[in-house]
Amino acid sequence: MFPQYDVIVVGAGHAGCEAAHAAAKMGAKVLLCTMNMNTIAQMSCNPAMGGVAKGQIVREIDALGGMSGIISDKSMIQFRMLNRSKGPAMWSPRTQNDRMRFAEEWRLALEQTPNVDFWQEMIAGLVVKDGRVTGVRTGIGIEIEGKSVVLTNGTFLNGLIHIGEKQFGGGRTGESAAKGITEQLVQLGFEAGRMKTGTPPRVDGRSLDYSEMEIQYGDENPEKFSYSDETKPLTHQHNCWITYTNKTVHETLETGFDRSPMFNGRIQGLGPRYCPSIEDKINRFAERERHQIFVEPEGWNTVEIYVNGFSTSLPEDVQYKAIRQIPGFENAKMFRPGYAIEYDFFPPTQLRLTLETQLIENLYFAGQINGTTGYEEAASQGLIAGINAALKVKEEEPFILKRSDAYIGVLIDDLINKGTEEPYRMFTSRAEFRLLLRQDNADLRLTEHGYKIGLADEVRYQKMLHKKSETAKLINDLQQKRVAPDDVNMALETVGSATIKEKITAEKLLKRPQIGMEELKSLHEDLKSYLNKYPKEILEQAEVQIKYDSYIEKEQQMVDKLNNMENFRIPLQFDYMKIPALSAEGKQKLHKIKPETLGQASRISGVSPADLSILTVYLGR
Amino acid sequence: MSFSLHQQEDTIVALATPQGVGAIAVIRLSGKHAISICNSVFKGKNLEQQPSHTIHFGTIRDGEKIIDEVLVSLFVAPKSFTKENVVEISTHGSSYIVNQVIKLLVRKGARPAKPGEFTQRAFLNGQFDLAQAEAVADLIHSDSEASHQAAMNQMRGGFSNEISRLRAELIHFASMIELELDFTEEDVEFASRDDLRSLVEELLRVVELLIGSFDLGNVIKNGVPTVIAGKPNAGKSTLLNALLNEEKAIVSDIAGTTRDFIEDEINIGGVIFRFIDTAGLRETTDTIEAIGVSRTQEKMKTASLILYLFDLTDTDMVEINRDINKLENLGVPFLKVANKIDKANPQFVKDLKSAYPDTIFISAGQKENLEDLRSRILELVNLDKFRTGNTIVTNIRHYDSLVKTRQSLLDVLTGLDALVTNDFLAMDIRRSLHYLGEITGEITTDDLLANIFSKFCIGK
Repeated sequence: MFPQYDVIVVGAGHAGCEAAHAAAKMGAKVLLCTMNMNTIAQMSCNPAMGGVAKGQIVREIDALGGMSGIISDKSMIQFRMLNRSKGPAMWSPRTQNDRMRFAEEWRLALEQTPNVDFWQEMIAGLVVKDGRVTGVRTGIGIEIEGKSVVLTNGTFLNGLIHIGEKQFGGGRTGESAAKGITEQLVQLGFEAGRMKTGTPPRVDGRSLDYSEMEIQYGDENPEKFSYSDETKPLTHQHNCWITYTNKTVHETLETGFDRSPMFNGRIQGLGPRYCPSIEDKINRFAERERHQIFVEPEGWNTVEIYVNGFSTSLPEDVQYKAIRQIPGFENAKMFRPGYAIEYDFFPPTQLRLTLETQLIENLYFAGQINGTTGYEEAASQGLIAGINAALKVKEEEPFILKRSDAYIGVLIDDLINKGTEEPYRMFTSRAEFRLLLRQDNADLRLTEHGYKIGLADEVRYQKMLHKKSETAKLINDLQQKRVAPDDVNMALETVGSATIKEKITAEKLLKRPQIGMEELKSLHEDLKSYLNKYPKEILEQAEVQIKYDSYIEKEQQMVDKLNNMENFRIPLQFDYMKIPALSAEGKQKLHKIKPETLGQASRISGVSPADLSILTVYLGR
Repeated sequence: MSFSLHQQEDTIVALATPQGVGAIAVIRLSGKHAISICNSVFKGKNLEQQPSHTIHFGTIRDGEKIIDEVLVSLFVAPKSFTKENVVEISTHGSSYIVNQVIKLLVRKGARPAKPGEFTQRAFLNGQFDLAQAEAVADLIHSDSEASHQAAMNQMRGGFSNEISRLRAELIHFASMIELELDFTEEDVEFASRDDLRSLVEELLRVVELLIGSFDLGNVIKNGVPTVIAGKPNAGKSTLLNALLNEEKAIVSDIAGTTRDFIEDEINIGGVIFRFIDTAGLRETTDTIEAIGVSRTQEKMKTASLILYLFDLTDTDMVEINRDINKLENLGVPFLKVANKIDKANPQFVKDLKSAYPDTIFISAGQKENLEDLRSRILELVNLDKFRTGNTIVTNIRHYDSLVKTRQSLLDVLTGLDALVTNDFLAMDIRRSLHYLGEITGEITTDDLLANIFSKFCIGK
């Protein structure tokens, strides 16, 4: 009934969809298995993509040829560039999305991708022969052959939902949990753990009084995620709102604490500190008199509202009573209660940088199964796993992004070397080369990689090359163009910048804090007409590169130095236990994680500088 | 502390001979820029134009100040122990001089070598065969343990406390900034730039203080460089031996045993005094007439203390006046020590006492009045400065890290002046944390995040 597939993807969330799409785009025969074809690409939590650090990841996925950017663009109802007031490395695109459109666009995109087949059924186990995965076994007992398997099970593995004192199995409310895979993997020798996450109640938008809330508008000149011309920015946008909890709300919530699974010990898994439930916020930060609530529409047409910031697993009656004490929510009707969910994950230190497991060849993990949280984190792992599964089948070199290449590189490197105790979310502070990993240059950083492996198409590649050369040309011209004091001094005073005494290049002026491209245009008619020939994207790129040149240069130097170590490869079979001089802890950690490069080894906690010196001695020849 | 292979590109420097022993010390540099770095502080032939395996005489200078006369041996890559460019600088065997020279070379771009690093480079560059790998690895292992122990021991006077406090403040500072960057949507208050500036300025002050303590720290660790100046037969060696012998006697009395003694070190009241060029002194080549000669003068300038010793039976007032005048012009603290009081003409002693009331009259041969000399020596070096229990940095690698911390903090201030946004400030703050981390241990971004999550209520 089934052919032998190159890549079988289990799960059709953000990770699974990217994995299936990428592998198929690269020529692999792909089967995408999902428990329910009507819930492909669900936004299980908030209806939004991007944000600080996450927006950069979406841009990176897009630059490589992944789909998350395009799908987000097609389903967005509002666009905001966060952190505009900060430096360019901090600018972070974020969209509010139509939840139903998002899922639909993904499903349509996959249906239109040649080489993707679908199968709706729970996958109950893997077929493993001689330490290598050769297929999957479905719930009703069908064995499907596959050269490689990507597991993207999300919160479904032994998912357990908590609402107050009630608990029941499920991967999301209304959807059943997946059983069998964890047990089999543990039998095969994998270490498994338990994590927890949560989601807030959804309410009826018609029952809210928006006059009690602050309006959060979209950007005046909205942009979008994708570098390609396939999508367009929004011409009109949906508003969001902000309101706040208060003491009364907190007191009401506290009445349910004794029935909270968080506080009575029923929840074993560790939840994320940065995405706390409302009861957690009140409990840990008792001095705060109010907490922010983001009121987010779930789509263009639906009346459903996502109450962001009110994640809770308190009993539904307490949720209901408390939410109606929030200004604007006095008459709120609840559609669905908030809940907490516990699920199995596998500590990611058991993986290689390709996301292939160390234990079972050709088996890949991506998304929450690796202990991460967030659509963007999941999607990017799915992309990398899908790419590598396809490359492995084709017997080509693996695809690995370094920490200095992309946030995706930081993410995977962190997971594999440090593991994670709580659901891992990306922050810009996790990246040591934040200045290089900007949302404006993800294409310049990554599209060539995507093109070379057959994922990013020709149009995308040419567009990036054009951007690169145009930017270089503009920078070069600005370095040549000189302006005279008489021509610009008056205008300089107007923008509050020091006047000049002799001729100076436009580049030098642009380095001043008060002067951007727009100010540069205002200085001089010739400059204006010259600059007006360039599109906004090129002007922005040139401005960033000129203005922050010295900082960028400093970071680039550090990267170059580090790369010596990153390029120093350690054979996979290297036996650390045979080197007596290594410290005991270093030996254990190195043996467990099996770093692929000396650079990776250096980031493993417990591996000392002396251990690294010793390693280089052994590897040096 | 981070390790990286890029350090292969660095030029490393270290003392190659044992610390504190011997009349000559050898400082070794290895790396691409070994010769040019040495050349930049060497006055003599242009080392960059000399063939391999040659030896050159000259001086090591810090600007105009001569640190020492040296012999420099050149080994041009690949014809060296490490197969890189190697320079060996032979200096006089004083820890003070050695430290000054290494400090200077570090300032010019060399990096203090890690334990076993020369050997490691030699190995990596193919000087050893594989069979020796294990031996080298063991060496690095044991060396690093030893040096770790040594580093711990060097943390005197609350050094580690000071650094930890500094680091905690910096982490808090960095967290505040990261909070603003990563959680821009959140309802939290951010640090004002004025507060940031005053915090950085305070940190800079402390770092400066620590850096400034390095010279003092070296004095404590390596001894106060001291010169006994006097014409031949003034009794210089007799005095030195007298001080040494008594020291020896005291030590063996207390401990009930004798122990090896570093010849030119004398412990007075817990402070080590290190006698410069003692060997020369013994041969009594160092005449007071030579004070005017620049070579000797330079040597005396590197001292922190000079004992001007003259023979009461063999020196007249004119001579003494002239010498004291010269010493005063030198600017180094000195004591007037009149020797052979047991044989002196009482009238001359009386005259001298009225001309120079602070003269110390001793008899080195009879060991007379040495106690007085000791207490005067102690007074002169102003011990308060050494004994306040203030933090003192003695390790050159710590010093190196502090200098880099300072630079990064200065970059933060520059950034504040240039009105750059916090993400750029964060970069320099992180770099400061990194360099401080080289002293205290690892700093990761997890520290920042942990700090954020524990102090601020964030997350939707």
